[in-house]
Amino acid sequence: MATKEYAFYPGCSSQKGASASNYLTSVEAMCKTLDVKLTEIPDWNCCGASIGYAEAGELPRHVLNARNFALSEQHMPGKEIVATCAACWLGARETRERLTHSETLMADTREALKEAGLTINEMPNIRHMVEVLIEDLGFDEMKKHVVRPLEGVKIAGYVGCQTNRPFGVDGESFENPQYLDKMVEMVGAEPIPDYEQKVTCCGGALAFSEPEKAQAQIKDIVESAYDHGAEMIVTPCPLCQANVEIYQGQVNKRYGTKFDIPVMYYSQLMVVAYGGDAKAAGLNGQVIKARRLEEIAAKPVKR
Amino acid sequence: MSANTAVAEKYRNNFLKEIEEQVEMGDWVKMCMQCGVCSGSCPTNFQSAWDHPPQELFMMIRAGKREEVLTSSSMWNCTSCYNCIVRCPRKIPITHIMHGLAEYAHRIGMAPKMQATRFFSGLFWKNATHTGRVNELKLSLGLYFKDGFVQGVKNGMAMQSVALGLVKAGRLNVLELFGGHKCKDQKGIHAMLAKAYEIERVRKAAKMAG
Amino acid sequence: MADIKVAAYICKGCGLGERLDADALVKIAQKDGKVPMAKTHDFLCNADGVAMIKNDIANEGVTHVMIGACSRRAKTEAFHFPENAVARANLREGVIWIRPDTDEARETTQEMAEDYIRMGCAEVKAMTAPEGNPNTGGSKTLLVVGGGITGMTTAIEASKTGYSVVLVEKSGELGGWAGKLYKRVPVHEPYKSPADTGVADLASQILADGNIKLYLNATIAKTDGSPGKFVVSIATESGATHTEDIGAIVQATGFTPYDMNKLPELGGGKSANVVDQAGLEALAIDAASKDGVIRRPSDGQPVKSVVFVQCAGQRDPTGKHLSFCSGHCCNTSIKQAMYFKDANPDVDTTIIYSDLRTPGNGEDFYRSAQEKGVIFTKGTVAEVVPTGNTSTVKFNDLILGDADASIVDADLVVLATGQVPNSGVNIDAPAAAPAEAGAEPKVEIKPISILNLNYRQGPDVPHLKQGFTDSHFICFPYETRRTGIYTAGPVRRPMDIPQAREDATGAALKAIQALENAELGRAAHPRSGDLSFPKVRLEGCTQCKRCTVECPFGAIDEDVKGFPLFNESRCRRCGTCMGACPVRVISFENYSVNTVGAQIKAVDIPDEFSEKPRILILACENDAYPALDMAGMNRIEYSAYVRTIPVRCLGSVNTIWITDALNAGYDGVMMMGCKSGDEYQCHFVKGSELGRVRLSKIDDTLKTLNLESERVRDLEVAITDIQRLPEMINKYAAELVAVGPSPFKGF
Ligand code: SF4
Ligand code: SF4
Ligand code: SF4
Ligand code: SF4
Ligand code: SF4
Repeated sequence: MATKEYAFYPGCSSQKGASASNYLTSVEAMCKTLDVKLTEIPDWNCCGASIGYAEAGELPRHVLNARNFALSEQHMPGKEIVATCAACWLGARETRERLTHSETLMADTREALKEAGLTINEMPNIRHMVEVLIEDLGFDEMKKHVVRPLEGVKIAGYVGCQTNRPFGVDGESFENPQYLDKMVEMVGAEPIPDYEQKVTCCGGALAFSEPEKAQAQIKDIVESAYDHGAEMIVTPCPLCQANVEIYQGQVNKRYGTKFDIPVMYYSQLMVVAYGGDAKAAGLNGQVIKARRLEEIAAKPVKR
Repeated sequence: MSANTAVAEKYRNNFLKEIEEQVEMGDWVKMCMQCGVCSGSCPTNFQSAWDHPPQELFMMIRAGKREEVLTSSSMWNCTSCYNCIVRCPRKIPITHIMHGLAEYAHRIGMAPKMQATRFFSGLFWKNATHTGRVNELKLSLGLYFKDGFVQGVKNGMAMQSVALGLVKAGRLNVLELFGGHKCKDQKGIHAMLAKAYEIERVRKAAKMAG
Repeated sequence: MADIKVAAYICKGCGLGERLDADALVKIAQKDGKVPMAKTHDFLCNADGVAMIKNDIANEGVTHVMIGACSRRAKTEAFHFPENAVARANLREGVIWIRPDTDEARETTQEMAEDYIRMGCAEVKAMTAPEGNPNTGGSKTLLVVGGGITGMTTAIEASKTGYSVVLVEKSGELGGWAGKLYKRVPVHEPYKSPADTGVADLASQILADGNIKLYLNATIAKTDGSPGKFVVSIATESGATHTEDIGAIVQATGFTPYDMNKLPELGGGKSANVVDQAGLEALAIDAASKDGVIRRPSDGQPVKSVVFVQCAGQRDPTGKHLSFCSGHCCNTSIKQAMYFKDANPDVDTTIIYSDLRTPGNGEDFYRSAQEKGVIFTKGTVAEVVPTGNTSTVKFNDLILGDADASIVDADLVVLATGQVPNSGVNIDAPAAAPAEAGAEPKVEIKPISILNLNYRQGPDVPHLKQGFTDSHFICFPYETRRTGIYTAGPVRRPMDIPQAREDATGAALKAIQALENAELGRAAHPRSGDLSFPKVRLEGCTQCKRCTVECPFGAIDEDVKGFPLFNESRCRRCGTCMGACPVRVISFENYSVNTVGAQIKAVDIPDEFSEKPRILILACENDAYPALDMAGMNRIEYSAYVRTIPVRCLGSVNTIWITDALNAGYDGVMMMGCKSGDEYQCHFVKGSELGRVRLSKIDDTLKTLNLESERVRDLEVAITDIQRLPEMINKYAAELVAVGPSPFKGF
């Protein structure tokens, strides 16, 4: 397969020293193996994420995303934009839909962009990293590179909300998307297809502002994974990853539970399965250490 | 005249119309058929947090309960999980209406003052637009200190273990407090946003006048 | 009974030859069945097998044919010998398919088959080939009563099919309620706005149709006769009466809106500004003839806010008002709200509903109303208080949980009252108790008969509980309990215009079918095409009148001397009269007390030491017997001790059969019939109910015989009970073992 090239929108949480920095590390290693070339959009800005709604209003939110589109067009005309963060992808896609469907909104957006010396001529396609993997590469291609299958590891695929709704990955159902389970299978691990909290909301931004509400959600998500005998949880979304992982201690305190389950990104699993070491997979970035993966990552690769 | 009294005058007996014209996607509210699927799908509803799940808010709007709707904390509890949107048999963009209602209540100064999510939302937006990128540390500290310094320290202590975990994992950088990530063209961003605000203001005012 | 020659044919196909000893069956037919000719064939229903039978009929003088093969419900075309009496022994579905193919089971399976051969031979000997009803009439004209949407559609559809129609309308113009509408609910894409009623178009089609004879301002003075030969007197305004020969009748007499004066709590009758849906149509028509603005009746001011109260006096659990949903009124209110919104979007229109019922494309219409700004509020209205020129509507808001919600200053309140059927006299109503001395004289409006049937059982078709005309709701919706008379439209059940038009088309076709069958002397459904009909031996009749009273279809009148007078063309061939007759003088050529009685007696009853009980099953041929056949098709096993005889209806069961069976030493009797009561499923409507009433008296018989009550079992069976039925049989067989063998064995 020839090199696949995309304009890359990492988003705030993937920045160095931010909450999803380990995600970015693993994505970089994964893309190297798969011969996917991501070129960061120069001087990109925050997507506005859905929680910004109160202050933002409608147009400013779309304008923020449009600036990224404009920059991408300026520097990498014709390239699709890939995001790794679910919220960034969703926000950008929403802006794309709205601008495409409303001429007024589009005109207003262009007017505002002018202030920053930018413009949009063509709407870019907005893709999530997992869409690129599934649709542009395919499971067969991804599987080809597995040299260290994660044999015997039981993993609950936690899809969460924003990669799943309202847009979702093409061909998947909102109530029971399967792609994450297939990815788990692809890396040689054991999926839990009837994990019933697969698409439950982790509480999103409420984890910060109203922790007790979000933590009730997180408890359900983790508990069910335990009930199914999972050793770890995998997710495609930085907010899901962060919420489900870092609040387990708080949930334990609140509910008297003893949760201690690692929460991984799909890309981390892939990097380890592709023969990468713990560092390349960003395993050092886990608040709850993924010992089992670390062990596997330390093993020699069978070729 | 405050922002609120101005609109209240204009829409005296027709709250639904006010929502249709002033709230993002507000013209969908009349299309709700009161099936209750959204309420049954909403995570924060089954954690028994909501005063009024979406179905009920929409009915209240139609019943003209302006005060109760706009001062409600309900829409602020939306986690943007989009469960309701994909399940609504009438394809009503519920999540967006929720955000729109919150934004409108905030805009005209009727939203509950110290509602945590409202506060966080504002904080997030300011944080993000200030430099063009989010500074997670300042964002969380800002939230903890919203109820004053003492409460802030308490909140911070409560979350200390969380933060420490992140720091150890290299996912929270204390140095961010002094600078951190930012966009180069901050000036352009600010100008662009100022323009967007202005356009939006003009459009909403025109609706109110027309 | 002149020369009869019986032949028995045993089929060896479909595995019968392997599972049964066919030669032994032939011997049984000869020895026990006493038939002069008995043969086997490897594949009886194929051309060769059928040719063999036909040859025997033509050349060997065979008059009576007994076929031991598959169920009587299978291969009906192959084994169709219209000139002969034919009986079928069900060896396939009834024996080998419900028994395991094992060595242990072989003996009891063979015994079962042998009994069915004995029964078949006995039955066929008691039969003669039906000859058809000789008292036929050949009128091909359809009478349609009622000139609304339903009646007009029926007339037009029948005329298009080539039949002449007499259409009688009591008012001076065609159209019925639909003619009083401003507009109707749309029936075409995009289902967004009220549409033209289409009444004028239908009416002009009627007037232009030479095949349709129209009487306006006319009523039915008298209906005499039976299908194919009704004689109908039509009274006109002038006082003149016209007589028409009619083949079949469709009654499309529609409905009257429920009287809103019975709803004073909802403001009914208390203010001119509270109207029903018909009242609003009148206001809308009036407005359309002027400036298009609907005005407040009290002072002529334009209506600025209107509230629609759904289910007013409907779906009422208290028994005070209508218990049912009229189905159309949600859409009607939506349509009426649009009258306002389409003219002026600023008019406030609120529809207060507890459930909005807008099936099918009504959903699109509902959505369109929402788009137009009609407000829908889920709640139940407690009270409408008119004061001055406006009203306050107090309601319980079911979404917001507010019991004291209200809408003030409504200019107009519209009550969605329901449809009360115009079904004429309720002939089953108990006679009114004589008024007590000194009591307030009750002013009851006496319903006026619509058909004025000159039938012993009353002037109109029977009603259901709510006043709609009785029909077999699931299977034969238009059939009334008077053969050749069909009802269609809201007189039959509440409905809207499209449903009424569909009804009209269906009823027209059923009526045509009825008059064609009548001419040929054949039964209407469910025994459509049956040529047998009840014959009565009047010499033995005691004039007890049970047959005339029980006949569910009003087929039997009385002659001047008080003897039953059968109107064969009105008869459905259910046999209820036969089951009712205490002296057993009513019979059909191919179904009688004897045909069944002979079968019961033909069964070989083993002695009490053999531990082989015998259970008689009398199974309704419409549901239970097919269900048993299907159990066979699914190879569901059941007891080898049962012997099943199909009956036309539970109503045709004469209690003598049960007494005979018990006396003969059967250990138990199972009766299988359709559900009876308000939600009956009986194909003959009242048959299973009457049968059960008779059966309830069997306990006395059991007592005189000194038998346990378990020996007779009454089962309600539906055609879907394919799994359940075998279970019930096996359970009953086990119960009987506990009760012990019948003491009558061996007598
Ligand atoms: S799911 Fe949609 S139609 Fe149903 S109550 Fe919620 S918003 Fe209304
Ligand atoms: S998007 Fe908001 S309103 Fe909708 S279900 Fe999720 S939390 Fe509830
Ligand atoms: S159609 Fe609607 S208004 Fe009429 S009775 Fe039924 S539910 Fe009530
Ligand atoms: S009871 Fe049945 S069989 Fe007898 S006359 Fe009436 S319809 Fe005919
Ligand atoms: S039921 Fe029998 S005895 Fe009685 S009137 Fe009828 S035919 Fe005569």
